[in-house]
Amino acid sequence: MAERFDPDHPIDIAWCPGCGNYHILAALKSALAELGKDPESLVIVSGIGQAAKTPQYVRTNFFNGLHGRSLPVATAIKATNPGLTVIAESGDGCMYGEGGNHLLHAVRRNPDITVLVHNNMVYGLTKGQASPTSMRGFTTPVQVSGVCVEPMNPLAMAIGLSASFVARAFAGDIEQTREIMKQAITHKGFALVDIFQPCVSFNRVNTYQWYKEHCFYLDGSHDPADRDAAFRVASRTDSYALGVLSIVSGIPTFEECLDAYRGDTRPLHERRVSSGKIEKLMDDKRG
Amino acid sequence: MKTYAKDDLSIVLSAEAGQGLQTLEQLMTRVFKLSGYHVYSYSEFMSRIRGGNNSTQIRISARMISSCPRRIDIFVPLHTGAMERFHDRITPETIILGDPAFIERRYTDGGYPIVAVPIAGLAREIGGEIYMSVILLGLFSGLLGVELTLLENLVRQFFSRAGEERTRKNIEAARKGYASGMHLLKPGQVLPVIERSEAVKNDLLLNGIDAIGTGCLAGGCTFVSSYPMSPSTGVLVFLAKNASEFGLVVEQAEDEISAANMALGSWYAGGRAMVTTSGGGFALMVEALSLAGCIESPLVVHVAQRPGPATGLPTRTEQADLEHVLYSGHGEFPRLVLAPGSIEEGFTLSRHAFHMADKYQVPVIILTDQHYLESTCTVGGLDVSATSSESFIVETDAAYRRYLFTESGVSPRGIPGFGRGLVCVDSDEHDEAGFITEDSRTRTAMVEKRLQKLRGLEKECIEPTLTGGEDYRHLVVGWGSTAGVVREALSVLGRNDLSFLHFSQVYPLHPNAASLIGRAQKKIVIENNATSQFARLVRMHTGIAFDAAILKFDGWPFLLEEVVERLEALL
Ligand SMILES: Cc1ncc(C[n+]2csc(CCOP(=O)(O)OP(=O)(O)O)c2C)c(N)n1
Ligand code: SF4
Repeated sequence: MAERFDPDHPIDIAWCPGCGNYHILAALKSALAELGKDPESLVIVSGIGQAAKTPQYVRTNFFNGLHGRSLPVATAIKATNPGLTVIAESGDGCMYGEGGNHLLHAVRRNPDITVLVHNNMVYGLTKGQASPTSMRGFTTPVQVSGVCVEPMNPLAMAIGLSASFVARAFAGDIEQTREIMKQAITHKGFALVDIFQPCVSFNRVNTYQWYKEHCFYLDGSHDPADRDAAFRVASRTDSYALGVLSIVSGIPTFEECLDAYRGDTRPLHERRVSSGKIEKLMDDKRG
Repeated sequence: MKTYAKDDLSIVLSAEAGQGLQTLEQLMTRVFKLSGYHVYSYSEFMSRIRGGNNSTQIRISARMISSCPRRIDIFVPLHTGAMERFHDRITPETIILGDPAFIERRYTDGGYPIVAVPIAGLAREIGGEIYMSVILLGLFSGLLGVELTLLENLVRQFFSRAGEERTRKNIEAARKGYASGMHLLKPGQVLPVIERSEAVKNDLLLNGIDAIGTGCLAGGCTFVSSYPMSPSTGVLVFLAKNASEFGLVVEQAEDEISAANMALGSWYAGGRAMVTTSGGGFALMVEALSLAGCIESPLVVHVAQRPGPATGLPTRTEQADLEHVLYSGHGEFPRLVLAPGSIEEGFTLSRHAFHMADKYQVPVIILTDQHYLESTCTVGGLDVSATSSESFIVETDAAYRRYLFTESGVSPRGIPGFGRGLVCVDSDEHDEAGFITEDSRTRTAMVEKRLQKLRGLEKECIEPTLTGGEDYRHLVVGWGSTAGVVREALSVLGRNDLSFLHFSQVYPLHPNAASLIGRAQKKIVIENNATSQFARLVRMHTGIAFDAAILKFDGWPFLLEEVVERLEALL
């Protein structure tokens, strides 16, 4: 079924063998297929980086834009044609570093889009510098004495901003990752999924084994509607919670708030300006 | 022989921020237009919300006008210190009209004609100093023979939403002002006789903001994302005000980077998007501009210039961002730069910007400035009925390739969800289908494809406008907002060997530019900047060098007499 999203042209994947990105790609294609999405009305928007190449390997519409800038693009696509399913997908450097400000404001706007962040705690494409989520002490060719700033906690931040859907997945577990993605895509409103993704070439600390030892799945005792509990879980750094941490329901989406769609549900490309309206506007300028 | 028109009145109102100068400007220009006068007004203000000193110059004439004279016939100070910035423009011919409290001592020794009206006192009698502006409106209406009923109707209409009490008091203020205006001048103080015209009553009264905003709407704009920055914000406000009526998405982005990327996302999904900004904001949009070049997205950017570098003079005017918009953006890709010189051009070029952006899938920059946007004038015969929402979007089939090689370089543009094809765009170099490639042959072909679109843009160049005879010996060349003042200066000079060539499309340059400029014996460029950026562009593309440059970069637009004198000195 997932073949529906397999590229129909020969592709030369630019990822290292063993990279967590392969699992995320597999999980995404099967999630989309299981949800019955069709490639023609789906758009994947990405930035720049190794993770950002993902849409190149999916048979669908894509907008592979600038480093850090996927969220404004995705927000605008959804606002221009609310009938499309829109996914923004990129690395932790792209989403949390270069594009950090856009993330804050995308959470506030709450467009009905899904954001998948391949979080490998390192810059892959530029060969191994620290990312905003790199752990203290992580050494790189630039951070030669080790990272000495506190890693960013994107989930606690998003929950703090009342993001409507916040989850974390681990690329090493394709099944669970697919299920979390399905929930995120089906969720109405802004859905953030931070996906722990081992980078076998530049991150020798946070390996498949490390994630297995440092993560646990949330069970039925966690209520995603309980924001305080979600925040507490998101703040834990001794062991990292996987699953859906937080859901805030009842927030209107960005598209729903736009005057443009009040009384007119047509996507923007179906609209034409009427000269009568322009003339009327000008009549007011005659005094 | 140099002759300034006599049937023309120049009034300067000088107030603190927060005293209602803008309202007064709106009402005065309106009442004069409705009585059959041509009007022109320009506001300049300090970058502050309260205090300081701002001014509005209102000109009333029997002909269509569009420039600020240095000459002030009537000067109205509205607060202590209101005259300070105008010492070099107030002459013994200037009537100083206003509350004695605001007239500086140096003018009261008898050398200057003073018409003292206790405006502040009158206003306080009505209910407070906020009524000063409507008293002045009444006063000038009385002075210039406006019908009282017209004045009253206008005031009633304008304040209709302010409540009955406020409306009543404003009408009282207008009447009081009117009564004193009728018998204001002393013997010997005469005003020019300005003929009125029936036709003007039905003219439009528009400023640059209205022109750009309406032009964008007529161009089929459906999406605007921007971040506030003077002097560009007026256009954002204009569009926001009309968003419901026109079904427009308006979003104040978190920064200009976001604004520009949103606009590209919207075009990709089928919107017709624009951003409005100033030089500093545009600097942040430059990476997205280059993205538009690479993914071949249409984009309309309104850049309202103000003096830089950096924050510069935030609320003032300059034409120093021409090279900024021409050469910004990494890599090589075509673009179109338009610079309206009149209200009509602001409308038609903004509409045209959307058409060209869509047709050629290139970024189009509408380059204006504070002077252009904050100038209001009467406009007759503007045809606003032609809209340009012809869309170049195609319905895709299953084999659709976004970057199909074509002779013109323009590939049919599909959007996601419209047709059976997939629309794949990538900021990395890509092949016809939109997939990343580093193949050198494809790379070379893609660069050529993108640049080929420049040939199409060149074929559709807007010709520069010539004012004056065809067989000129001397030629002044300008672009953008200097059009009005230079045209008027030419008519003052009245020489038949001097003409003016105005470029409203600055890039690509029209192919006739070389012969039109080249055949003048003396070539003079006029620009509101310090380094003649346009002259450099002309030289680069035509090899022609200018003989002289009239430049100004103090934050003010060119004043009429200044242009006349500087031209005279050169000829
Ligand atoms: C404006 C800009 N700055 C820098 C870069 C270089 N750059 C490309 S990808 C990247 C970071 C990649 O890290 P991440 O986003 O975490 O993705 P990954 O490659 O690890 O998947 C950087 C710094 C760029 N393309 N654009
Ligand atoms: S560099 Fe790291 S993240 Fe990038 S493909 Fe290789 S393993 Fe994956």
